[in-house]
Amino acid sequence: METVCAIELKNITKRFGKVVANDGIDLKLHYGEILSLLGENGSGKTTLMNMLAGIYFPDEGEIFINGKQVSIRSPKDAYDNKIGMIHQHYKLVDVFTAAQNIILGLDDKGKLDLEAANEKVREICKRYGFDIEPTQKIYDMSVSQKQTVEIVKMLYRGADILILDEPTAVLTPQETDKLFHVLRNMRDDGKAIVIITHKLHEVMALSDNVTVLRKGRYIGTVKTSETNPQALTDMMVGRSVTLNIDRPLYENPVDRLELKNVTCLDAEGVKKLDGVSFVAKGGEILGVAGIAGSGQKELLESIAGLYPVTEGEIIFTPEGQQPSNLVGKTPMQIKKAGVAMAFVPEDRLGMGLVGSMGMTGNMMLRSWKKGKGVFVNRKDPNELALKVWKELEVVTPSTEFPVRRMSGGNVQKVLVGREIASAPSVLMSAYAVRGLDINTSYTIYNLMTEQKMKGVAVVFVGEDLDVLLELCDRILVLCGGKVSGIVDARTATKEEIGLLMTRVGGKERADA
Amino acid sequence: MMEFLTLFIALIVAAITYGTPLLFGTLGEILTEKSGSLNLGVEGIMFMGGAIGLGSVFYYEKWVAAPNPYLAVIIALVFAFLAGAFASLIFSFLTITLRANQNVTGLALAIFGTGVGQFIGEFMRVKEGGYISISNALKGYFQNSPFPQALQNIPFVGKILFGNSFFFYLGLVLAIGMFWYLNKTRSGLYLRAVGESPATADAAGINVGRTRYIATIIGGGISAIGGMIYIMTIAGCVWNHEGLSGVGWLAVALVIFCMWRPLNAIWGSVLFGALMILYLRLVIAFIPTQLYKILPYVVTVIVLVFSSMRNNREKQPPQSLGLPYFREER
Amino acid sequence: MHNEMKTPLMRLAKRDGMEAWKMWCIRLGSILLALILGGLVICIVGVNPVTAYGTIISGSLGKSTAIRQTIKIAVPLLGCALAIAPCFKMRFWNIGAEGQITAGAIAATYFALFWAGKMPSWMLLLIMGLAGALAGGVWALIPAFFKAKWNTNETLFTLMMNYIVIGVVRWLQGGPWEGRPGSQIIPQFDASACLPKVLGVHCGWIIVLVLVIFIHVYMRYTKHGYEIAVIGDSINTARYAGMNVGRIMMRTMFLSGAISGLVGFIVVSGANNTLYDGVANGVGFTSITVAWLSQLNAFAMIAISMMLAILSKGAETLQTRLAVPASISDIITGILLFCMLGCEFFINYRVIFRGSKHDKEATKA
Repeated sequence: METVCAIELKNITKRFGKVVANDGIDLKLHYGEILSLLGENGSGKTTLMNMLAGIYFPDEGEIFINGKQVSIRSPKDAYDNKIGMIHQHYKLVDVFTAAQNIILGLDDKGKLDLEAANEKVREICKRYGFDIEPTQKIYDMSVSQKQTVEIVKMLYRGADILILDEPTAVLTPQETDKLFHVLRNMRDDGKAIVIITHKLHEVMALSDNVTVLRKGRYIGTVKTSETNPQALTDMMVGRSVTLNIDRPLYENPVDRLELKNVTCLDAEGVKKLDGVSFVAKGGEILGVAGIAGSGQKELLESIAGLYPVTEGEIIFTPEGQQPSNLVGKTPMQIKKAGVAMAFVPEDRLGMGLVGSMGMTGNMMLRSWKKGKGVFVNRKDPNELALKVWKELEVVTPSTEFPVRRMSGGNVQKVLVGREIASAPSVLMSAYAVRGLDINTSYTIYNLMTEQKMKGVAVVFVGEDLDVLLELCDRILVLCGGKVSGIVDARTATKEEIGLLMTRVGGKERADA
Repeated sequence: MMEFLTLFIALIVAAITYGTPLLFGTLGEILTEKSGSLNLGVEGIMFMGGAIGLGSVFYYEKWVAAPNPYLAVIIALVFAFLAGAFASLIFSFLTITLRANQNVTGLALAIFGTGVGQFIGEFMRVKEGGYISISNALKGYFQNSPFPQALQNIPFVGKILFGNSFFFYLGLVLAIGMFWYLNKTRSGLYLRAVGESPATADAAGINVGRTRYIATIIGGGISAIGGMIYIMTIAGCVWNHEGLSGVGWLAVALVIFCMWRPLNAIWGSVLFGALMILYLRLVIAFIPTQLYKILPYVVTVIVLVFSSMRNNREKQPPQSLGLPYFREER
Repeated sequence: MHNEMKTPLMRLAKRDGMEAWKMWCIRLGSILLALILGGLVICIVGVNPVTAYGTIISGSLGKSTAIRQTIKIAVPLLGCALAIAPCFKMRFWNIGAEGQITAGAIAATYFALFWAGKMPSWMLLLIMGLAGALAGGVWALIPAFFKAKWNTNETLFTLMMNYIVIGVVRWLQGGPWEGRPGSQIIPQFDASACLPKVLGVHCGWIIVLVLVIFIHVYMRYTKHGYEIAVIGDSINTARYAGMNVGRIMMRTMFLSGAISGLVGFIVVSGANNTLYDGVANGVGFTSITVAWLSQLNAFAMIAISMMLAILSKGAETLQTRLAVPASISDIITGILLFCMLGCEFFINYRVIFRGSKHDKEATKA
């Protein structure tokens, strides 16, 4: 039966500068349906949904709500069209109660009746099975309760179409089950729901239909009941593409870094790394694959001494020296020992770079303690800056031009260039090519390979499986903080890795 | 015993007199800070309120044959309020629209405001030849209790409850009104949201800039009334910058002391008022009188330190106090 | 096109830097605007603003004695602005310079009152200077400690510290250090406790000029300066680079307080030759605006503190000659600060109107 679509997107295109984030995407959503929007990181899922939430405005294409064409220019327009989106970062006032947050900004007339609001919130909670108390303060709440407040906020505003961006990323398995339960209740109540995800088992467990995006393109929509994880993985990762990255072989790699059963807990006591063991060899690029938030960041930071290790050992053997345990050492000591990390965070700056300083100032971040006496040595960093500027073709008017004002790719070159220049014996990089164009990406790949051929142990955390398969010697796959497999990159297939990313030891993951 | 009681009552009445200007100064700054603006120019605002309040009544009396005393009080209130609102408008324009640093702009306003107040006070004195003051008949309406003598004569409590100037009762009403506004009304809730988390408020469709403008301007107006009250009651309707100086800073301290709560401001200002005059009334041999005067500041520092140590989420400054908010340009 | 409907009438774009001459034009323009606005205020009093500004200039720079007076006003302003610069660079809002001056002044005064005559003048002055610096530093360290340990709001804390120490001076004035009983005045210092004069002005001006160089070098070329700059930009990056943020904060505040304390010593020993509760006289606050307006550039501070000193000294002459209240200088200073604070906006941002030339360029990019 063909009913009127809650949402219909036709040929939506969105570009950010040269990067095409969404390329002619079509999508349909009905009332009483849960649709999974599936895709790897950077496939354009969030961008697409942000256009429904009024955060971005599409460059091309049309949006229909209930069969009528609309234009959504602001979050308020989204509310008016009864669309509510729950973003990954919650926007709540900590010292307010749940109900106060929920009614915030509503331009209801008349006096503030918190009792009535509380009552209405309770009513919504009862109807769908939410478990929050409207008079509780946000700062007393767990992450999952905060998420519930966000969802109730949308329902309170009368949203009929709900979009949830990676809602389970921060939840425990039990909380996830609870969330799925209420989402089903809402579906049965006739709401239209989209969940953005890259976790296959969630797709299979929850949704009615799945729409798959890959690299900004629409791949297809299938009924969940008529598909299986294998088929979805194929859609998600696609066929292998040949990139022609040069991959020379280094003679006799030696063990440089060995992790033995490393476990890390976050502030809430959740295991971020769970018994991770592997060996990184000098003269080899070890790729790290995994869906976002599987422990990549924690892995690098625990090696660099920035994240506390609860259990296990990190044994580091520098060239011609005795092995030593890095656990318990300060970041400074680890850095001095020759372990370098270039982590490109989502906002690019913020960690590892000083936005207001130029290239020279940023080069100094590694060497500022060296100079004679009380003075900093600016000469060497300046020479280094000039070298990086020239060799990596950084586009900047001078070495004093603040890096904050440089474009993203150039900022990354500065960061990676600096870490490489410290002549490390272990070089870790995460998302080094995030948001870069093809040519710049290749510059970075070549740098990594160059380091490898110097006998450096390179750890390369990446998002693009095609790149990992052609650049690395071995690939370690993380899944939920555990190592789900280590494969030889020369023989492994994309499908194999795709499955490891979502399953531990060949079995569908039971937990989150 | 009787003597002590008389002394004690006199002390409280004096404390209320000295606390009333502080009460207004503090209430205004609470409203301002609740919206996330840290306006350090209160000192200047109160100077402007004092000088312009006095000037407005002086010229009203001079130009009108038979001045209406009630109208005179209203004129003083309105002009002082407008002076403070104008000063805060400058602050808001610079910090909200032109994105200047709040601390520095507040200090500039303190310099500017004390200059303006002082200038007007001096200028009137020179122009009118000698001291300017208003007639005794009018003074009474500013300084005396609005209640009948019979009520004031009630033993013990009469003087304390009914013997204060009209402004104290106005301050009480204002404090209660502000409490009600901030905690019980929709727009008060939105105002607090802006001070706590402007990004959240913005996402919820609240106009952050406008809210901050309005709160800062009205807050500044209220603070300025405090300056006017000081001049018209304590200083005896004569321009006295010596006496007024420091009151504005004390009001800023009091905001911290009473944890950004209007109702706390009532007893807080009376307490601070008492500390301001204690050295005159209660001489204890081993405590130097001048050290009484620093007690409010010492206590405020202790409150500030403890509140940060205890980490009680309810007793913190508004989370975005002093921080600018600009929506990320997309 | 969707964009036309979406673009608001006016929007802001961050500038990618601006030619230096344009920047100075905007800044000079803002000063000019402030002088015009100040002139309007002078007009209200019935004085010709041109005459008034002429009087200000001649009153502050016309005679060598006047110039000396002006420099005397500028010295503590400049010194204190230098003290504040490192804190502000670190985004630590130290508005307690007023108190730190006073604390330094108290310590220096102690030695001037009780140790004079027991040692040669140079040694006494040296000890006074060191004591002043130490006292100012310790006074500044207190809020820094709480900030580092419990993240106590430093703006409010340093502000309160001002009034506490000024209260202590009042107590000393009326109690332990009172000269003639009942006078509420601390006696004048012994000649050996007074800074010698160089070119007619106490040699504090040489000390602050040395400090200008010191702060310039400290901020630009030392490891400490680098640490301060990194923390001011991003505390996370500082931690990543292995910096101990709390310790650096305390160290920087100590230094800042120490310089303010030294200024306190200069004021009591050079200018006043005694201690009273108005020893800082608002310098701590005014210097914050000096530091900020100079963009924390040590050499620019010389110019701005001189400018404010000229206004302040000139206004005194204005009062005696034309009967304009001297507080006009505070008004003009205030207006000047407002204009200069506001003009930075036009240096950092440009306002784009819909459909203008810039708009098309921006859309293309």
